[in-house]
Amino acid sequence: MNTDHLKAGENRLRDQLVLGLAGDTQAYHTFLKELSVHLRAFLKIRLARLPDEVEDLVQETLLALHNQRHTYDPAQPLTAWVHAIARYKMIDLLRRRAGRDALHVPLDDAMEIFAGNAMEACDARRDVARLLCCLPDTQRLPIERMKLEGLSVVETARATGMSESAVKVGVHRGLKALAAMMRGEM
Amino acid sequence: MKTDEFVAMLARGAPAVDTREAERRYALALGWGACGAVLLMALWLGVRRDMSAAVWLPMFWVKLAFPAAVLAGALLLALRLSRPGVRMGRALLWVSAPAVLMWLLAAATLAVASADARNTLIFGVSWTVCPFYITTLSMPVWFASLWAMKGLAPTQPAAAGAAAGLVAGAIGALAYSLYCPEMAAPFLSIWYLLGMLIPALMGAVAGPLLLRW
Repeated sequence: MNTDHLKAGENRLRDQLVLGLAGDTQAYHTFLKELSVHLRAFLKIRLARLPDEVEDLVQETLLALHNQRHTYDPAQPLTAWVHAIARYKMIDLLRRRAGRDALHVPLDDAMEIFAGNAMEACDARRDVARLLCCLPDTQRLPIERMKLEGLSVVETARATGMSESAVKVGVHRGLKALAAMMRGEM
Repeated sequence: MKTDEFVAMLARGAPAVDTREAERRYALALGWGACGAVLLMALWLGVRRDMSAAVWLPMFWVKLAFPAAVLAGALLLALRLSRPGVRMGRALLWVSAPAVLMWLLAAATLAVASADARNTLIFGVSWTVCPFYITTLSMPVWFASLWAMKGLAPTQPAAAGAAAGLVAGAIGALAYSLYCPEMAAPFLSIWYLLGMLIPALMGAVAGPLLLRW
């Protein structure tokens, strides 16, 4: 594929992420949506022998990216950051499955995260909505109100009787706990 | 939940974040941890009695400069390892250069010393306790530094833990050097270095256990 074309795509994505990091949720949504397409293609090739795991890992990687988005240095190439996170999550998955036949996946070849497109999502086997139910109320309620129903922090605080800072902390910790559940720690 | 819905959920109401979080966390960890280390040194060991005379000796400053240089390199390394996709690069060189320079200085000191003076230059009077004291004084920063790393995203947990531990070891050595009367380069190049490496090794062991995300 044409490298200039890839570069332009990466730059556009990077700009959206940078806007997102500054609080532009629209740009951030676009970024995550486009990135999930690339991630799916990237992981599909590498997990060719575990096709059922791909969509779960796409979601797990997206959540890791979201929870750790404060570690992106805007001066750093986006490809390197995304690739390192995807690779970390993939190795984590393979370790969890260690002992089975999955250890011959090519891990280290290049940075062609943005080279592939895989639009249609397969079904995730793990249902995030079900995992959310396992969270304690202080985390589950703010996530349901804010992240699923789209209420603001103030509205969520009013609806749940929690303070505004407790709402923010609850969402933050809840998404971290969700990541821990995905990697089988809780 | 479908991935599209999941993505929408993540993006909805996502607040702005500070991309200098790594620096902020390490500044906090170092600030509080260094206060803890100096306090521990002052209460437990006490500042060396001849401090007012010692500050006029060049070796006193070399003794401070050695862990300070290790600290600078280790901090750079830790910050790099805390961000996915950032290579260690020159930071590895920066972190090992102070030790190499100290060894050269030690070799030169030993070369010109008489045979019976060498033992004293190497072992001083406190070689049995020095690494242990440094390790103990490094503990406040050790916990703080691993806390800082825990909130970031190290993809090489053993290396990240080691770098965080080395930051702590260097602060421990800095605090210890305000108490310790040893001034010989051979002593510093072995026992101070060992004292800094023990917390680093502890970090390398703890990293894979504590730093998953």
